[in-house]
Amino acid sequence: MESLPDIEKKCIIIGASHAGVNCAFSLRRAGWSGHIEVFDKDDNLPYHKPPLSKAYLSAKEQAEIDLLFPAENYIENDIKLHLGKTIVSIDSNDKSISLDDGEKYKYDKLVLATGARPFIPIIEGLEMAENVFALRNLLDASGIAKAVSLSENKQVVVIGGGYIGLEIAASLKKSGAEITVLEREERVLPRVTAPEMSDFFTRLHKDHNVELLTNKNVIAIESTENYNTVMCDDNTSYRADIIVIGVGIQLNLELAHKANLEIENGIKVNEFCQTSNEHIFAIGDCTFHYNPRYERYVRLESVQNAVDQSKVAAAAICGKEVHYDTIPWFWSDQYDVKLQMVGLSYGYTEVIKRVEPGKGDQVCESCWYFKDEELLAVDAVNNAKAYVLGGKFIKSKQPIDKVKLRDISIPIKPKSFLKE
Amino acid sequence: MAKVTFITSDNETIKTDGNSGNIMELAVKNNVNGIDGDCGGVCSCATCHVHVKPEFWEKVGEPGEMEQDMLEFDDNVSDYSRLGCQIPVTENIDGIVLNVAN
Repeated sequence: MESLPDIEKKCIIIGASHAGVNCAFSLRRAGWSGHIEVFDKDDNLPYHKPPLSKAYLSAKEQAEIDLLFPAENYIENDIKLHLGKTIVSIDSNDKSISLDDGEKYKYDKLVLATGARPFIPIIEGLEMAENVFALRNLLDASGIAKAVSLSENKQVVVIGGGYIGLEIAASLKKSGAEITVLEREERVLPRVTAPEMSDFFTRLHKDHNVELLTNKNVIAIESTENYNTVMCDDNTSYRADIIVIGVGIQLNLELAHKANLEIENGIKVNEFCQTSNEHIFAIGDCTFHYNPRYERYVRLESVQNAVDQSKVAAAAICGKEVHYDTIPWFWSDQYDVKLQMVGLSYGYTEVIKRVEPGKGDQVCESCWYFKDEELLAVDAVNNAKAYVLGGKFIKSKQPIDKVKLRDISIPIKPKSFLKE
Repeated sequence: MAKVTFITSDNETIKTDGNSGNIMELAVKNNVNGIDGDCGGVCSCATCHVHVKPEFWEKVGEPGEMEQDMLEFDDNVSDYSRLGCQIPVTENIDGIVLNVAN
């Protein structure tokens, strides 16, 4: 087959959030001289997602959105944005994508950065209820902010005590709402942290007069003209002017299925973010990828993973071999507390908790997750030193002296916890 | 208006000017390689690490406590390390030169 000159080749990226947009700019940096076209359903200029559950929701006035890049950068880099456009199928034999309006675009390389949408559980009465939200994009966040500001009683029930639920609770509390969080498991953040961290966040929210209730399985929602009542299977019920659902995500895999890509717990990609089709790459939340440090396939929902994979895919598309090999990191801001997490704690057998003297009346804690002698992950509360050094120890696999780590009189320094 | 010069790790010099926001945002806007600002500027990720040229250190000033803790054990830390997201772009920093740390 005749090969096009590089300058006429086209890379299409589906999804214009952290992964897709950073991939577009990384492609230019890595030397892609052809066309770059990015598609997304969202019709806003691409923006940072994490602040939506944090600063955006707690703003007293109409909050500003944080753009990923200013509008002129797309023009300067010759990146064409197709916003408010829905892709309905991929023909991987024809190397083309089709839009819902029938338009068709051919590609030489395709990048799927399709991410995820909120998972909405089946709850009786949910569809009939008013003022029910989930949070993933700007439209969701502005809907929640508007509903809270218009509500007289401002009673909010958050279904789900994960990071999104807790961040929404903290942010809406700041904007004057009364919050009840209903978590189905016996503690908040059940799947992502140790009980020690769950306890910490439970206390934090109680101190801010947010009601965190556990073992609450929501089974029905009853609506009257003015408000909803959220019913649980233990016969308790909670009044809600506004309901926010934060119980996890559902991956956007429909297009990957249409392209016949290999899918496990996400779109399966190799160390270059290449899918089972050599011309199609996948990046961000929707990927199931190998992590060399943990020696297993993982799926991550994070900005770090989105941005780092975007660079790896861009390099690969430009014929450069960059392996994806990052220790995952995450953050959460709630009230005046900064939580930073590094590594993956899955499979831990022991947690060592340190409580350092904080600055002023600020708490300063860290949880160190071990699988036997191996440090897997660190969760650090207002403790950037634990976060930074923890990440280094995890990467270098430095053996840690746990007796020293438990000793709070030994400060967190690069050589503090070396084994003799 | 402040003029700010970035020098990347592969020695590219990028002259910029701005009058609002912070140094990380200014760098992203000007495609400065090595500054990502993944966390959006909340001092959580250290992907906007710069070294201030010593002669401009007084103009820029010392890092805050949280920022200091993020930088102290970073591989590329120097006596003149700052996180770009924590430096506001104002007339006070007009003329500074920053080396990108990564």
